[in-house]
Amino acid sequence: MPGMNEMAWIDTVPLADGLRLAAGGLWTATALGEAAAALERLGPVRGRLEIDLDRIERLDTAGAWLIHRATRRLAAEGTRLDWRRARPDHQALIELVQGLERPVAPRPKPRAWLIAVLNRAGWATAKILRESRIQLGFLGRVVLALARASIQPHRLRWTALAFHLEQTGLNAMPIVALISFLIGVVLAYQGASQLQQFGASIFVVDLVGVSVLREIGILLTAIVVAGRSGSAFTAAIGSMKLREEIDAMRTLGLDPLQVLVVPRVIALVLALPALTFLADCMGLLGGMLMSWIELGIRPFQAMERFQAAVDIRHFWIGMIKAPVFAFLIALVGCFNGLRVKSNAESLGKRTTRAVVEAIFLVIVADAAFSIILQALSL
Amino acid sequence: MSARPPPPAISVRGLRTAFDRQLIHDRLDLEVRAGEILGVVGGSGTGKSVLMRTLLGLNRPYAGSIRLFGIDVTAADDAMRRAVNRRLGVLFQDGALFGSLTVAENIAVPLREHARLPPAAVEEIVALKLAMVGLPQDAARKLPAELSGGMRKRVGLARALALDPELVFLDEPTAGLDPIGAAAFDQLILELNRRLGLTFYMITHDLDSLHAICHRVAVLAEKRVLTIAPIAELRRHDHPWIVEYFGGPRGRAALGGAA
Repeated sequence: MPGMNEMAWIDTVPLADGLRLAAGGLWTATALGEAAAALERLGPVRGRLEIDLDRIERLDTAGAWLIHRATRRLAAEGTRLDWRRARPDHQALIELVQGLERPVAPRPKPRAWLIAVLNRAGWATAKILRESRIQLGFLGRVVLALARASIQPHRLRWTALAFHLEQTGLNAMPIVALISFLIGVVLAYQGASQLQQFGASIFVVDLVGVSVLREIGILLTAIVVAGRSGSAFTAAIGSMKLREEIDAMRTLGLDPLQVLVVPRVIALVLALPALTFLADCMGLLGGMLMSWIELGIRPFQAMERFQAAVDIRHFWIGMIKAPVFAFLIALVGCFNGLRVKSNAESLGKRTTRAVVEAIFLVIVADAAFSIILQALSL
Repeated sequence: MSARPPPPAISVRGLRTAFDRQLIHDRLDLEVRAGEILGVVGGSGTGKSVLMRTLLGLNRPYAGSIRLFGIDVTAADDAMRRAVNRRLGVLFQDGALFGSLTVAENIAVPLREHARLPPAAVEEIVALKLAMVGLPQDAARKLPAELSGGMRKRVGLARALALDPELVFLDEPTAGLDPIGAAAFDQLILELNRRLGLTFYMITHDLDSLHAICHRVAVLAEKRVLTIAPIAELRRHDHPWIVEYFGGPRGRAALGGAA
């Protein structure tokens, strides 16, 4: 900020038959401050008005504009401007901004809040419906593309498939292993503190075994993969969309669905069951370790109980969900990537959306599985 | 005090910049006079943008001194640098407008940040800046995404002019504009230079712009400013790159059009 002595200043000197306005200092946007407010407050002047701008050291368009608008306002209020004195270059600038005066575009009137809320809700609903319809269409096209790929395996992009298997499967192993191990530990620890009260410590094996195999292993893996790979699919395809690579593909006779979507869907459908298997193992390992430390259940004891009490069907129920969840995650990720518009902002929005939608769909599907399996009494 | 000639807008001595152990500029000297329109040309990779970013303080030089309006900014502290920057305006290549703000809000950003003005006055000054860059007032409430490339550049220029800078940097202002739009933008720059005495530092590949509005042209090559001269003199220069640039088919065509 300029020092006080450099700020714009304004002074009013009463005359016998009117008022003299004297201004000086730096009349630039950053130095106007108080002078701007003082000029605003100036009421209509009885008699004649003299404006002396001679002592203004520097004037910019903002300062010139304020002087112009004040003069104009005072004139409209009936003040008679006798003379205005300024350095020639300042006078020229004031005339320049005068010549550029345009009416300010009016702000759109805000609607009544109730109407605005209803309006937004309506638009949002319409958007969701439209988006769902398009997504359904995308599902159909992906299924067709998958069918075509399975009839003509030579059309499949094997290199891309291997690459995505590595990205989504192999590279996700450490994080999936670590998280499921820790959840196994937590489950056993929480179970132990409850079951110990009934002297039923050994049932911790049932608790950890069933919950990890049937629900926790797959659900946790699916959520990690949705955050990791679903978003990566959207970001990768979306940035290709931004750089018009998708359009280039189409003009070169390549089908983006075949080239980009099919390998990703297949890779994830293969990778997620494998990751789920890993998560099951690590979860059980974590549970076993914690039971040993906390309850003194030795590993072979735990395994014996595990074999006797936990049915193999729990494992299969977990595993059968994996490809379904993988399909949903890949579908949502690719769909959002292809729906990116031509600006970087939409890429960010779509990526966030892909993760949220994928996790939502995974949980909905999981609930559907529970209901169906309950009905089948499995 | 008005008798003393103003210091050069930009004065660079012995500048050296480097990225990843690759020398971009070495012993580069440059002087831009107050009130001129300087065109900056150079082949791809000669560091035109790096030089601009260094002058703006977005990049730290390894050695050398940079004076803006006679103030040594390489030795300046943060407060001083900010004070100098307030006297600069920059138009980035695609305008670099804030996507979430309307055109009017974009232009008002520097005014609201650095000046204490009545809100109504801010609105009117925004309208004034829009008129200065030749934009219709109904553009004010639009979002940058709703504008054409040429309009975005004009809004970018209006925002750069918000605080009435003395020196304006333009990064390829006519790139991506159609010839009519480009010529109109050239005229706008020329008019702002004449009417407000603004100094322009303009990176450009547009031979027509160079001919139409630049008082002098600086040629960047061999890690330094090879030469700086009015375009008519450059045509007599015998450096192979300059001969190729102005003597090639496009260079000759632009010359023919200007003559």
